[in-house]
Parts: sequence; C-alpha cells; structure tokens
Amino acid sequence: MIDTVIYVLSWALLGSGSVFYIIGSIGLVRMPDVFTRMHATSVSDTFGAFLMLVGMLLQAGLSLVSLKLAVIIAIILYTGPVATHALARAARHAGIDPLLHDDEEGTS
Amino acid sequence: MFITAGFAIMFAVIIAVFRALRGPTVFDRLLAANSIGTAAILLLAVFGFITGRPEFLDIGITYSLLNLIGTLAVLKFFRYGDLGHSGEEEVADT
Repeated sequence: MIDTVIYVLSWALLGSGSVFYIIGSIGLVRMPDVFTRMHATSVSDTFGAFLMLVGMLLQAGLSLVSLKLAVIIAIILYTGPVATHALARAARHAGIDPLLHDDEEGTS
Repeated sequence: MFITAGFAIMFAVIIAVFRALRGPTVFDRLLAANSIGTAAILLLAVFGFITGRPEFLDIGITYSLLNLIGTLAVLKFFRYGDLGHSGEEEVADT
C-alpha cells in the first residue's frame, strides 16, 4: 500500500517538475525583457529541479543515493537564487532599465 | 517515465540554447547558460536512474557547484574586465 503511494507520488513529482521546467524555458524565449526573463526562468527552474529531484529521492529509497540527491537539492536551492540575484544586480549596474520603468516618482 | 523526463529536459535545453544564441545582452546569454547548467544536473541524475548507475550523481554535485562559480566569474569579468579585481573602489561609489 505505502509502496504504491510513494510510487505514484514520485511519478507525479517528476511529471510536474518537467512541466515547470518546460514552462520556464518557454518564458526564457517568449518574454520581452531581461528582468521578465529572469522572473520567468529562475523561479520555475529552481522549483522544477527541486520537484524532479524530490521525485527521484522518493524512488531511490533510503541509501547513499538519496543522501547525494539531498545534497544536490540543498545546493540548488541555495545557489539558484544567489546566481539570479547577482545577475539582476549586474544588469541594473550595467544601466539596463526594466521595460515598464516609471521615471517620475509616485506615479506607480 | 524517466526517459520522458529526460526528453522534457532536453526540450527545455534546446529552447534555452535558442535564447543563448539570440539574446541581445550578455545577461540573457548568462541566464540561459545558468538554466542549461541546472538542466545538465537534472539530466545527469535522470541518466543515472535510467542506466541504473547512480555514480553520475557525484558529477551532478560537482556541476551544481561549478554552475554558481561560473556565473559569478563571468559576471565579475564583464563588470571589471579582470577576474583578480578586488572590487573595493567601485563598491564605494555605487
């Protein structure tokens, strides 16, 4: 019984992670601006990778493989947002404005 | 089912390569490169599960560490033009 639940849950996590990942990549192509591309891609990439790795962790059971998968999940959850934050700061510092940026104060 | 997930990841990589080739600024290309790096980690893990050899996960850990370092190194190079720059005088006036 519990094996069937874990099996179905892991495949559901793998499938939803794949869908998240493809949606993030479509946003990477279709969005009009650097910052909107970051917004579309980084969130769904990190979360899609998290979902897929948790699905594989449920498949692996309790062993050294699941420990390695947990290490990869922790590294991805920390480094993905850090890399995106550094990218956004560097893009702002390079003088790229967001697409709908208001120059007047208080109008937004 | 692992093969389906692998094909989904490869489809995402193909789309990201399109943006990396076309992107107008260096930040678009770097964002696509970061996304491809994450996809490479996932593809390594999925391939290890398909072939039944989970040793590929060690390479995945290394890639996930190199992904952040590579992104930060390219960003620093394009901001200062030098990887050994300390960055102190530019921080003062920003």
